[in-house]
Amino acid sequence: MKRRTFTLGLAATSLAPQSLLALTEAGAEALVGRLVGDINKVIASGKAENAMIRDFERIFARYSDTSYIAAYAMGVDGRRASSGQKRAFSKAFQGYISRKYGKRFREFIGGRLEVKGVKKVKNWFEVSTVAFLRGEAPFEVTFHVSNRSGKDLFFNMFIEGINLLLTERTEVGALLDKNGGDIDKMIAALQRSG
Amino acid sequence: MLFSKAAALLYRPFLAASLALALSACAGGMDRDPLDGINDPYETQNRRVHAFNKSLDSAIVRPAAQGYTQILPDEIEDRVGAFAANLGEPANMTNNLLQGNLRGLVRSTARFAINTTFGIAGIVDVATLWGIEEADTDFGETLYVWGSGEGAYVELPLLGPSNQRDAVGKVVDLFTNPLSYALDTPEAYVPPVASGAAGLGYRGRFADAVDSVLYESADSYAQSRLIYSQNRRFELGQEDPSAEIDPFALDTEGF
Repeated sequence: MKRRTFTLGLAATSLAPQSLLALTEAGAEALVGRLVGDINKVIASGKAENAMIRDFERIFARYSDTSYIAAYAMGVDGRRASSGQKRAFSKAFQGYISRKYGKRFREFIGGRLEVKGVKKVKNWFEVSTVAFLRGEAPFEVTFHVSNRSGKDLFFNMFIEGINLLLTERTEVGALLDKNGGDIDKMIAALQRSG
Repeated sequence: MLFSKAAALLYRPFLAASLALALSACAGGMDRDPLDGINDPYETQNRRVHAFNKSLDSAIVRPAAQGYTQILPDEIEDRVGAFAANLGEPANMTNNLLQGNLRGLVRSTARFAINTTFGIAGIVDVATLWGIEEADTDFGETLYVWGSGEGAYVELPLLGPSNQRDAVGKVVDLFTNPLSYALDTPEAYVPPVASGAAGLGYRGRFADAVDSVLYESADSYAQSRLIYSQNRRFELGQEDPSAEIDPFALDTEGF
């Protein structure tokens, strides 16, 4: 890139108010395209499990609306959490998600995701992709993308209809129940699970 | 579409209405969870069945599946899976017919004919290679097409997560596969043994996924209930009350 175009571009992004950077179909699709590209790279790398988990944590932090997903997973119990507990929970939750999904990446070896299309739903976009895994019928993975945070990020994912937000809210709710509603104990348990 | 309407009109008065009534009657009050749309009035009994299924899995099914996938090469496992799936095609034909799904009926019939002959009794899925995709269905789906709601959530012994509609469907499916009438003993044991073996292969191949739900989640009952219900609605193309979670309607301050 020429230096002039670069500085101009930089100036434009820093001057543009957030509302002008409205989320578009193309933007949502491009986000999932990059996400899928990065995931495919990790799958193809054939790295050891721990390295894959670290890669997945980076991908999760870069492309997803982590604070939204964490807040949703905590549900109404988030209202009685202190700001310290919220921060600790977000951190523990990200690690837990990365372990839980990163561990599963070796099942995907030899497979790939393909972006199929995008459509607008109310104030977010739905990007559909298809997963092709070895020896299995292709299946649908859908991402919901919004610019709630000021950036295009995915805030929910559906694997053949199974909703990530609901699955994780159920998990966190069950951990809270197991620990008698104690948020600190739940966070400690979350750090050990996944 | 037209045909499924016609079929629905034909059958609804006789069968589906009475079934749907029976289902909703035994479901008691329909207090569905507003978020996931699940109605689980039998949770206490269901949890007992879940504990039983889990102990059965850890004592027998899981180790058997591990052995099965370790001993058999992937290639043979795939053949067993294809063979079992082909034996299921006549049941798909019956249900596609009952649903008035002509396209599905043509597909499952063609698949059965092609795979049984060119696919050497079904061990090779030639039809898929030729671009004739599966039109997999069951009597639970037929009931759905006829207008039955899913009823209450139930976990069945051995068979796992289900709901009242699909549980009825599973019982009926035992009888809607024409093969179970066409075959004499001992050949009649081939389909259940094949599907049992295919099930073991499935449990072995997706061991990590199944284990993570059954043994690594904080409440495996609640997780399997949610996963089953969401996936089943997705399969049937049913509306999902949780598909529209508004990203702006939540306070994320501090997270």
